Amino acid sequence: MLALHFPALQVVLPLLMAPVCVLLRGARLAWLAALAISWVTFAIAGLLLAEVLIGGPLSYELGGWAPPWGIEFRLDAVNAFVVLIVAAIGAMVMLYAPKSVAREIGQDRAYLFYAAYLLCLAGLLGVTITGDAFNLFVFLEISSLSSYILISLGRDRRALYAAYQYLILGTIGATLYLIGVGLLYQATGTLNMADLAQRLGTLEDVRGVRVAFAFLTVGLSLKLALFPLHLWLPNAYTYAPSVVTAFLAATATKVAIYVLLRIFYTVFGADFSFGLIPLGSILMVLAVLAMFTASTVAIFQSDAKRMLAYSSVAQIGYMILGISLASVLGVAAGMLHLFNHALMKSALFLALGCVFWRIGSVQIEDMAGLGRRMPWTMAAIVAGGLSLIGVPATVGFVSKWYLIQAALERDLWWLAGLILLSSLLAVIYVWRLVEVAYFRAAPETAPTGEAPLVMLLPTWLLVLANVWFGIDTRLSAGTALEAAARLLGGTS
Amino acid sequence: MSGAAAADYLGQLMIYAVAIPALVTLPIVVFGRWPNLREAATLAAAGLLFVTVLRALWLFEAIGGASVTLWEVFPGLSLSFTVEPLGMLFALVASALWIVNSIYSIGYMRGNNEANQTRFYACFAIAISSTMWVAFSGNMLTLFFGYEVLTLSTYPLVTHSGKPEAIQGGRTYLGLLLATSIGLLLLGVLMTWQVTGTLDFTPGGILAGPLDAGAIDGRMIGLLLFLYMFGIGKAALMPIHRWLPAAMVAPTPVSALLHAVAVVKAGVFTVVKVIVYVFGVDLLANTAEAGWLLYVAGFTIIMASIIALRQDNLKRRLAYSTVSQLSYVIMAAAILAPLSVVGAAMHIAAHAFGKITLFFAAGSIYTAAHKTEVSQLDGIGWRMPWTMGAFAVGSLSMIGVPPTVGFTSKWFILQGAMESGRMTAVAVIVASTLLNAAYFVPIVYRAFFREPPGDAGDHAHGEAPLPIVIALTATAAGTILFFFLPQLPLSLARQLMIGG
Repeated sequence: MLALHFPALQVVLPLLMAPVCVLLRGARLAWLAALAISWVTFAIAGLLLAEVLIGGPLSYELGGWAPPWGIEFRLDAVNAFVVLIVAAIGAMVMLYAPKSVAREIGQDRAYLFYAAYLLCLAGLLGVTITGDAFNLFVFLEISSLSSYILISLGRDRRALYAAYQYLILGTIGATLYLIGVGLLYQATGTLNMADLAQRLGTLEDVRGVRVAFAFLTVGLSLKLALFPLHLWLPNAYTYAPSVVTAFLAATATKVAIYVLLRIFYTVFGADFSFGLIPLGSILMVLAVLAMFTASTVAIFQSDAKRMLAYSSVAQIGYMILGISLASVLGVAAGMLHLFNHALMKSALFLALGCVFWRIGSVQIEDMAGLGRRMPWTMAAIVAGGLSLIGVPATVGFVSKWYLIQAALERDLWWLAGLILLSSLLAVIYVWRLVEVAYFRAAPETAPTGEAPLVMLLPTWLLVLANVWFGIDTRLSAGTALEAAARLLGGTS
Repeated sequence: MSGAAAADYLGQLMIYAVAIPALVTLPIVVFGRWPNLREAATLAAAGLLFVTVLRALWLFEAIGGASVTLWEVFPGLSLSFTVEPLGMLFALVASALWIVNSIYSIGYMRGNNEANQTRFYACFAIAISSTMWVAFSGNMLTLFFGYEVLTLSTYPLVTHSGKPEAIQGGRTYLGLLLATSIGLLLLGVLMTWQVTGTLDFTPGGILAGPLDAGAIDGRMIGLLLFLYMFGIGKAALMPIHRWLPAAMVAPTPVSALLHAVAVVKAGVFTVVKVIVYVFGVDLLANTAEAGWLLYVAGFTIIMASIIALRQDNLKRRLAYSTVSQLSYVIMAAAILAPLSVVGAAMHIAAHAFGKITLFFAAGSIYTAAHKTEVSQLDGIGWRMPWTMGAFAVGSLSMIGVPPTVGFTSKWFILQGAMESGRMTAVAVIVASTLLNAAYFVPIVYRAFFREPPGDAGDHAHGEAPLPIVIALTATAAGTILFFFLPQLPLSLARQLMIGG
């Protein structure tokens, strides 16, 4: 009986637990509550994905109101996959959180962090699960508002500015999305995505529909930090507390990319999205620019978190590149990288959190001699870095394998070459860290010693996941291929 | 043992050959504080590995090949091991020399009081494990995995001293090897997979089918050959050879086994594998766009020799000699005559024994006399007779003078070149033989026939520590032994062309 309501529980549980956290007040209690909910949603996400992969799409009528009037939660291979990613990262990050939060946010404010985190989780899961375009906006705002809070919790006062910057740009993005949805409602009289897809079939030439498409695309591009709309991202990732950076980097932009996929392929359909204007070429150019400029900028950063933030902008380029190819293999490669990149960046940002916990800085200069001072943490960073580069037996290799295959399938050799070339830029910025950490002697007074086991363990679980899914691609690539086939096959 | 059971067992032996050196890192790290125990672990693993490979050889001779699938990474594409003659030869050479090299390492690392010896031995074992992985790879994807691990596991060895020049050398090393393998080789592999739908090493090649079917043309073959040959940076074709001299900042045992045998041989081994099993010798012989390889290899042979002439640093001179000798293998394969391909396989083994002897000698001189430059070696031969005697044997093998095995392999390459009328190749071999003599003979001459300098900060020294002397005598003896008994490597090399 309970299993029938899993789609709703997935969102409702974290949403309800957030105020409970505030009532609990104690840092430890709030953490336990957030941890429990995170793992429950993780378990539910696994069950839902299994159900969808075996039994096909799931539809849940919220409050018993039939769609298109009521809100429909709709799960297929595409979003069940994304739900699993978000929930899995949440579960890992919560396992890691208590010591890091105590150090970076403070015990007195910890309950606020857990409450905001749960709201953010609920919002992200809601965005992913819902089948209603306006409801999606509501969840998008829940996740965004709570992420502004999460970012502003950083110790550095610049975190406030970063949060403010994100607030402004994020709100512009969300507003553009809302205008797009409004225009669609005007043209079709419905907000349900499946319904929209059906009715839009005959409205291709209506000007409002085309304008709506433009608003939706640009709005979402802002939220997912597509170059050159990525300006909010580096500051936000740099000054947010480590746990927040790890969580947001692995989930927030990914969910926005998922929404873009839905709008392109499910609501408007590939023929409309890529047929009317050369959107594929535009996205491809932007993606390639993101890959090269952001990676180049990353090379020159002095702050390790900011360096990885720019690397994220570049990696988002890979995902958009896959989507821009508008083929099953391309979209699958994009979705696969969505999963793989979540694993890489969460592992790396958590490892940097360990560094910050011990030495109180993530400036590359201050990381001298860290190879000896924190051997396990540095080993995790090297492993994550190798995955970022795309060395065989890591997830980065798997992503590259599919992405290049997708490019070659379309006879785009030069693109395949560019993908490989840009991944070599990652070698440079990863190796800057390695050289400082392993070859430069630490100052006499430098703090030494590993991070606590409760922080190292989740970090290493994610590192091992990087290796595991680099060798066993059945779950990741299998699901991504099925999801892509579904997206391009129609609205079913 | 029935046929199927024997094949299963052979499959397991290949897994053991990869697993033994990988697993020995554990006792190496655990025994880090007790050097004798730690080195005993290395030696035991080296011995066990050699026995395992010998056992595999014996079974291979009996049943002629076996495969084992480890894991399906992508649908229809697995990590798998297959034993074939060339891989068998490579594994034999590398595992035999690991024993000798381990003995040598003990003498060298202790003699020079090197730091971080535990890390050194652990990384070394991983490098050997990935070498075995490369040798037994059943398809291009598997090989690529091992190839990259080999690059990464040798990086800490190259930068072992942690000095600025080591870091700089490490940058060149890693940068060039990763840039070529990710930027070019991986693209070539993916294109091959796209066109053929398989990456298995298949006798006769896998590209012949698509070429006949019209799916690809000669230009595409030329492009793929370019991606492979320059993508396999470890084979050190010019102009991507620079990582090899850069790697000479490593401790000498690393230069000896890894940068004269394991790493560079993994490179030319992959080149021969790709030419024989991916392209197919016949296909390349009939493709006009593939002709350039012979000339690039020939150019590398001559140029590297000329650069070697001008090096005063002994290890750098040896490194450029390696660059030149590696291209012998590539050119031999590019001649595309059966006899020269046999010569290519033979040369992989021959150069291994000769060059490791030369590096052992260089390290021996450094340990005993603290000398690194050729110009400092006047009269050193009478103080270190074993070392310089072995050096002379190694030099003869590089030049290709009997009674050393270097002559045997050169003989086959020359015969193949003559037979197929490749006069360019013949000319290159003749010219480079003269050049080799020009940069090796003076060293031997200095060591034995010049008076030692009277003062000049010279200190009294004799031979290097015993483990070093044992090791370099053993490899020098091997260089001569294989001249008189070439049956083993030769039979394997012949099977490459006939059995395939």
